[in-house]
Amino acid sequence: MAEEQEPLEILSARHVVEYPYTRSVGAVIGRFLGGLKDKKIEGSLTPSGRVLVPPSEYDPESGASISDFVEVGEAGVVTTWCWVAEPLAKHPFDRPFAWALIRLDGADTALLHAVDAGDSSRMATGMRVKVRWRQQRSGAIGDIECFEAENLGSQDGEIV
Amino acid sequence: MSEAVKKIVTPISIEYTITPGAAPTKFLRGIKEGRLLGQRCPKCSKVYLPPRGSCTVCAVPTVEEVEVSDQGTVTTFCVVNIPFYGQVQEIPYVCAAVVLDGADLPCFGVVQEIAVEEVRMGLRVQAVWVAPEERGYTLENIKYFKPSGQADAPFESYREHL
Repeated sequence: MAEEQEPLEILSARHVVEYPYTRSVGAVIGRFLGGLKDKKIEGSLTPSGRVLVPPSEYDPESGASISDFVEVGEAGVVTTWCWVAEPLAKHPFDRPFAWALIRLDGADTALLHAVDAGDSSRMATGMRVKVRWRQQRSGAIGDIECFEAENLGSQDGEIV
Repeated sequence: MSEAVKKIVTPISIEYTITPGAAPTKFLRGIKEGRLLGQRCPKCSKVYLPPRGSCTVCAVPTVEEVEVSDQGTVTTFCVVNIPFYGQVQEIPYVCAAVVLDGADLPCFGVVQEIAVEEVRMGLRVQAVWVAPEERGYTLENIKYFKPSGQADAPFESYREHL
């Protein structure tokens, strides 16, 4: 009966649910990722002349299919950022870093990636950053290991 | 130039802490000792194994503890022929719903020590436990079910448990 029950020690256990998800990336992102293996960053060119990086299969303005690609620079400007003071297990670094939107030279849109700045005081909107390529590249966004300050002594770039 | 990438692997995982609650805790303590502890509904008399602390049909708490046999009857089963990620058994193998003697809900388990094509509805089976010193708070204490050698159960005896 309930009144005779002794309090039970509460059991608990760690569980992991995992899905080994394989995703078809499509022709446009597929080409973009293949390019990274060769240290080449390509954006898609819209009919109105905008360059989208990462590329898109369709022009967000008109909905037209996009099949033209242009190579963009491997350096650019931080348009916005967020400091990660306590990285999680699956983050790209085990030390503090920034997630940032980076508009590469020649692009009109920004790419989300990590900036290895060491300290949040070295991050600023408008700062110039450049790619640090991974040695072993596989055709994945992680082929860009991160971005780093282009020139620690230079003036900040200009946000347009 | 490198070829376009077709697929990327993006595993997604969630790690969490599970706290089983009062009735499943009793069940887990029992299974560590090699006992199967269910609970009987005071209204419909059905025995839940594993117990959840209430009867989902009658919406009343279940408090009466009932020990259930580790022998039972295969009600339904399927032969697994398809390999998948995380699979631990060699295919083909049989996954069966087994209604244990004294329980009213089937539990799921693998049936072994019998050819896949000989598994049938009504087959009487017996749990094969891991060694007592290796048992934990887990259903994995039952390695699998094997035929008990008894005569097949008549359909009428388990038709309510399908």
